[in-house]
Amino acid sequence: MPPPNERGNPLSSATDTSAAAPRRTTSVDEVKAALGDRVVDSFHKDDLWLRVRTDAWKSSMRTLRDTLGFHYFSFLSAIDWMPSPYGRGEDDPTEPPPVRDSTIRPGYAGGDTRMQVFARVGNPVTHVSVIVKVDVPNAQPTLDSIHDVYAGANWHERETHEMFGINFAGHPDLRNMYLPVDFEGHPLRKDYPLLARMIKPWPGIVDVEPLPGGSEGGDDE
Amino acid sequence: MSITDRVLGDRQRLAYIASQAADARLNVELETEGMTLNIGPQHPATHGTLRIIARLDGEQVVWAEPSCGYMHRGYEKLAEVRTYPQVTTLVNRIDWLGSFANEVPFILAAEKLMDVEAPARAQHIRTILFELSRIANVSLFLGDLGVQMGAITPVFFAFRDREYVLNLIEGATGGRFHPNFDRIGGLKDDLPKGWIAETKAVMKKLRTFCDQIEDLLFGNEIFQSRTRGIGVIPRDVALQYGLSGANLRASGVDWDLRRDHPLPMAWNKADWKVWTHPDGDSFARCWIRLQETREATKIVDQLIDTIPSGPIMAKVPKIIKVPEGEAWVSTENPLGEMGYYVVSRGELGPFRVKIRSASFNNISIAPWVLRGVYVPDIVTVLASLYFILGDIDR
Repeated sequence: MPPPNERGNPLSSATDTSAAAPRRTTSVDEVKAALGDRVVDSFHKDDLWLRVRTDAWKSSMRTLRDTLGFHYFSFLSAIDWMPSPYGRGEDDPTEPPPVRDSTIRPGYAGGDTRMQVFARVGNPVTHVSVIVKVDVPNAQPTLDSIHDVYAGANWHERETHEMFGINFAGHPDLRNMYLPVDFEGHPLRKDYPLLARMIKPWPGIVDVEPLPGGSEGGDDE
Repeated sequence: MSITDRVLGDRQRLAYIASQAADARLNVELETEGMTLNIGPQHPATHGTLRIIARLDGEQVVWAEPSCGYMHRGYEKLAEVRTYPQVTTLVNRIDWLGSFANEVPFILAAEKLMDVEAPARAQHIRTILFELSRIANVSLFLGDLGVQMGAITPVFFAFRDREYVLNLIEGATGGRFHPNFDRIGGLKDDLPKGWIAETKAVMKKLRTFCDQIEDLLFGNEIFQSRTRGIGVIPRDVALQYGLSGANLRASGVDWDLRRDHPLPMAWNKADWKVWTHPDGDSFARCWIRLQETREATKIVDQLIDTIPSGPIMAKVPKIIKVPEGEAWVSTENPLGEMGYYVVSRGELGPFRVKIRSASFNNISIAPWVLRGVYVPDIVTVLASLYFILGDIDR
């Protein structure tokens, strides 16, 4: 009897793991050369972050796909860089709310706006992946839709639209995915409070009080 | 037609053309009207609460769209008000059939930001538990597959044999479904006594289970005619939609994150194969998963013999603060590429966590792939794409 793996059907093809050594070398220069002056900033640390110009968002993604072979679409989402005015939702409701730092600090590869959209695409042959960020204008949060470059971006843009209120020009169908149609607000924006924590104070506040008589109050043993 | 030309044999192609011609004639002569069929949100084929709205012309789907959101729990928002160790409790519940595998990429992302690496022993045990949760997850898929096509027996086999694996996971972690066992810097506990011998016995049972399923289902003529050449996804479409895992490999893309992305895990210490299939149809997707379950048992068998000795926790402070930065880590989960984009501001909890779950992308192809299939095949195509609702809605 043949070993279990060699049973199965004749159409199968198998690849040996030992044959394919890790080929994950991100060539910063190659990507930058292909995108030219569309890259505003970049950051390299065991992954490659790029920030492209807002008006060149779609054309950059197209170049990445067609010229550099980044055919695999992993995800698209957004970040709201404004620190939440509600902190971590652990304020004591009886005390006046503390004053919080609300300066917007961008992350890797910089940024000039409050919100950024970022996406990750990969090359299925060389296994190189890149994270592309783009600034979203503060006044009018609108960006070109890339659903006709990467078909998978369709749902991700719908989700981002719903959660961050970012518009995607040219998207065929920006209906809500999760929330009811009449839902107001964009839940993943930092200035949207986590309502459960607003209605009832977080019980964890009580937990951090030291136990009576015990010096090792926080231990969960 | 180009897809059918490439994939199907002569006989199948002729049958396909004949059926198309018959359909065309029927539509002209009978002047059929379209109707809308609503499947779900409660339906046994959907592993949760997915609703599919399909516009039909006779027996054929003209347009179909999944409607999600019945299980949205807002984990990305919740993660922003939790500390790093607390987040694993949330992410356990994303793909509830392979929970441990959800914890690993998040913990790895936090470790990457903290510049901590788990000791070799912890990496080994992590990999073993990861593969066990894959076996538990996919073995249920293999059994469930039969139910979608009217075969009742395989699902009993699957539930029986998955129980052995769940017992192992429970033995090591204390939780059958939601272990919450992974910690930043290592694992909560070491393996219990006698666990290794039991695991070996169970892996043998699981290999027998795979053979049984192959005999029961994959060799079955009805199964083959319900899956071969149906729901074909070509390579470039699969990539564009971001399909991952077995769905991508069934379309002929040789990409497995366990092999291709170096992570501090122990997969490279075992000898195993990445299977691909050129067809891209429902059969290929199911077949790849069967092979992957076998490979997973092999990985567990090999790793369990070579667990290095040493500590299971690296030195980490008691109160975990993660330095400022951004990290992306994804692993090859039972359902496909599962990744976390963690943004830290040097606080107790993450500033933003983007959860990239495999099923979200895997099911976003449904409108594309369901167009033109017949009504009974909606269920088989969706089943072969294999999604879990918690993994779509998060």
